[in-house]
Amino acid sequence: MNKNLLFEIGTEEIPARFISNTKKQMTDYLKTNLEKLKLNYEQIEIKCTPRRFAIFIYGIDQIQPDSEESFKGPAKKIAYDEQGNLSKALAGFIKSKGATQEDLYFKASGKDEYAYVDVKTKGSQTKDLLKDLFEGMIRSISFPKSMRWGGKDLKFVRPIRWLICLMDDEVIPFDIEGIKTGNVTRGHRFLGKSEIIINSESEYEQRLYDNFVILDDEKRKQLILSQCEDVADSIDGQLMMDSVLLEEVNYIIEYPTAFYGEFDEKYLHLPPEAVITPMKEHQRYFPVTDRSGKLLNKFITVRNGDSYRIDQVKKGNEKVLEARLSDALFFYNEDTKKPLSEFVENLHTIVFQQKLGTLFEKTERIRNLSARIAGLLEKDLSDLDRAAMLSKADLTSSVVFEFPELQGIMGRYYALSSGENEKVAEAINQHYLPRFAGDELPSTDEAVIIALADRLDSLAGFYAIGITPTGSQDPYALRRQALAVLNIMMDKKLDVTVSELIGAALENFGFIDFDSEKVKNELEDFFELRFKNILSDLDIRYDVIDAVNEVEKLNPDELLMKAKELDSWVKNHEITEVLNAFSRVCNITKKEVSGKGVSEELFSYREETELWAAFKGIKEKVELLTKEKEYIAALELLVSIKDEIDAFFDNVMIMDEDMDVRQNRLSMLCSIRDTMKNVADLSKIVNS
Amino acid sequence: MNFQQMILKLQSYWSDQGCVIMQAYDSEKGAGTMNPATFLRALGPEPWKVCYTEPSRRPADARYGENPNRLYQHHQFQVIMKPSPANIQDIYLRSLEAIGIDPKEHDIRFVEDNWENPTFGAWGLGWEVWLDGMEITQFTYFQQVGSIDCELESAELTYGLERIALYLQQKDNVYDIDFTDDIKYGEIFKKAEFEHSVYSFEESDKDMLLELFNTYEKEANRLIDLKLVMPSYDYVLKSSHAFNLLDARGAIGVSQRAHFIGRVRTMARKIAAAYVEQRKEMGYPLLKEGESNE
Repeated sequence: MNKNLLFEIGTEEIPARFISNTKKQMTDYLKTNLEKLKLNYEQIEIKCTPRRFAIFIYGIDQIQPDSEESFKGPAKKIAYDEQGNLSKALAGFIKSKGATQEDLYFKASGKDEYAYVDVKTKGSQTKDLLKDLFEGMIRSISFPKSMRWGGKDLKFVRPIRWLICLMDDEVIPFDIEGIKTGNVTRGHRFLGKSEIIINSESEYEQRLYDNFVILDDEKRKQLILSQCEDVADSIDGQLMMDSVLLEEVNYIIEYPTAFYGEFDEKYLHLPPEAVITPMKEHQRYFPVTDRSGKLLNKFITVRNGDSYRIDQVKKGNEKVLEARLSDALFFYNEDTKKPLSEFVENLHTIVFQQKLGTLFEKTERIRNLSARIAGLLEKDLSDLDRAAMLSKADLTSSVVFEFPELQGIMGRYYALSSGENEKVAEAINQHYLPRFAGDELPSTDEAVIIALADRLDSLAGFYAIGITPTGSQDPYALRRQALAVLNIMMDKKLDVTVSELIGAALENFGFIDFDSEKVKNELEDFFELRFKNILSDLDIRYDVIDAVNEVEKLNPDELLMKAKELDSWVKNHEITEVLNAFSRVCNITKKEVSGKGVSEELFSYREETELWAAFKGIKEKVELLTKEKEYIAALELLVSIKDEIDAFFDNVMIMDEDMDVRQNRLSMLCSIRDTMKNVADLSKIVNS
Repeated sequence: MNFQQMILKLQSYWSDQGCVIMQAYDSEKGAGTMNPATFLRALGPEPWKVCYTEPSRRPADARYGENPNRLYQHHQFQVIMKPSPANIQDIYLRSLEAIGIDPKEHDIRFVEDNWENPTFGAWGLGWEVWLDGMEITQFTYFQQVGSIDCELESAELTYGLERIALYLQQKDNVYDIDFTDDIKYGEIFKKAEFEHSVYSFEESDKDMLLELFNTYEKEANRLIDLKLVMPSYDYVLKSSHAFNLLDARGAIGVSQRAHFIGRVRTMARKIAAAYVEQRKEMGYPLLKEGESNE
């Protein structure tokens, strides 16, 4: 008969941001281990509040199936001694399996016969397996930072204070590091009882509800959302929804009651972001707009509790927000007393990196590099230098000091209020894009160029002083920055190669002693790897990526297009033989350098004359097609000489004794190889 | 409830929980954590329960007595419960009731906060406790102090007394807080706030402070070599305060900052290690039989 199992881990408040991932780790662990234990169940469900993980395993077997396993022992020839008694080896084997002589039988295995016993294991009671299962689960969970408490040999994200383990209505007693399982849970901290006896799994959720805990995360989230929307309606406003904030609020609350608060209208003169940031990031409030999307002087927040004395809670929250907004307003007024250009001087006081200088020096490099990039792109942008010069100025403003996430955003406002033009202001804001993976990309020419210059400067600088990402260590987020560079380049189809950009960026670091060629190669490899990641995210075959990946020659957009085309060609054609032919060409010419001439007088076989003729017939066309980026057509044409290649290898002895003849043949193959590599390096494609 | 009554209530509450009521440590410091009754006692296997009010100096936060919230010197009420009892959160919440905060009438939350003091090589996990959206207490389970793993994890509670008083007394400006029924907070501290602001930002002698820092550091190192833990620690506190003054004066560049912090941390680590050693040699006098670690 199957039963329903409840395991509750009662904790102190778990940080909201860890909960989803922890649930996933728990589910994965249980699925894997229940399968190992051969325990069937209908479903696993985990519901959470900030103070508990409730794990339900519905319809779980009460007992493991019996199992039978055969064990192989010593060979028959050493099973008995001369007197016909059990040898030590055999006796030991029988004993080790807990079997008797009656269980023993012999069976051929390979050339010899061996002793065997079949051991039947009775399945354990499920309840006897639960301690190991759940303790294993708890110990297996990894958190970015976990803690010890009370001298226990156990780590978790916050202290575990109680455990429930119930199989239907039966308490399964065990303990984990001194924390005993029972059937007592706790309600809401202030509204519920601190000791609630749960008589059976089936009443658990209801009993919690009676004690002001809404256990089901999904239900609780919907309730919070609908409460917030109702409150917004009641004040003729619109909730500024943010799913990340909603998720966080959901996991800091067991029993929600939404309400609204107000603040002085004078703060609406601040840039909306400067009002929204303290509300959302610092206080976890939802901002409210009117029907047209204009920010209102109201916020919606959710109390972890009921509506008792909610007026007091409202007043308290309003007071806290007021203090934060009054700071923001004070800082904003200070900041706008002088034009943005005057902040640039202050960049001297902020060190970007000890060896790479101050932010002022970085800004100078950004200006320089921006001009170079504009040159490479053949763009003449009159506002570019001004925007680059001002790009980091807001980092020394008081508002950004207080709310770092407003960098660029405040810069835009300050630029406009200092009389800078729209292009300059927009570039200051947008050059930080993308701010996170999947964020929008910069759109204006000025912003695109400064965005590239800023990131390339960091990449070049850190590589030049030998700070490069290793393993999981990437403190300056260089991977993310390289990825952003590639994404921007592809998005805007910029006609410049990564190599050219890296080269230009490195030129700004003459004040550092480093091997420029080596660093350039390292950076190219680094970008190549990032590019591979982009391509494999698009499900492009890994070997295809290798075949086209030449950052030094093509711009990322072209590389992307080429990879896509080659990928579909490889996936849709029978190319085994083609690949074999071209691999042979590549293998034999591995050590050959390009550019040596071929003289037809040295040909002696028909097959070499024919191959050379066939190749000459297509060479120019293939190169033209490649240049025109007609890669598929170029490939089709190139592989049309496959038969000639095969015939050549089958009939011609390349390593002729006459060194001139030998070299002539190798030079011919080299030519073919080079033309092929220009289209795609087919030798990198793995034959399946 | 005036400021003074609040402190008395907290003292009496935590005294009932078995805490030693200590007085503030008589050397300048930025936080109650640096009082040796926390910094050193948090180390090793000996149980320890203590509470005290700590005037905490943060020169960079000085505002000439003009800002309603920020102060050169504020007051922390500090509690250490070592080992941390299993119901420490409940014990803490009852202390709020003792000063007139009924949790049912408010919204009290434990919001993730991972506390860290790199200068003293200390970190822990815990929360900011919010009262209707305002942080009123830092609640931390120490994991490391003086760069040494805590053998017996303490719960550290740090109440921001001015903030709580502002709330309880419904005042908007810290200087309007009733210290007693007859004396306002501002009447005691406002002039000092102004003077310390002038000193911290305008009048402090950078060269002298730098020299002091070096002198204190030298003395701390000399004393630790002599295994004089407490006198040595006094000089670490002094050097830390000199550093804070230099920092407020803008005399320390960003890159130098890390260097200074590293110097203080090195001293703190040596002292922590020496203290652990010393207690061991003394046979852990506070480790009485029957004390269990919950």
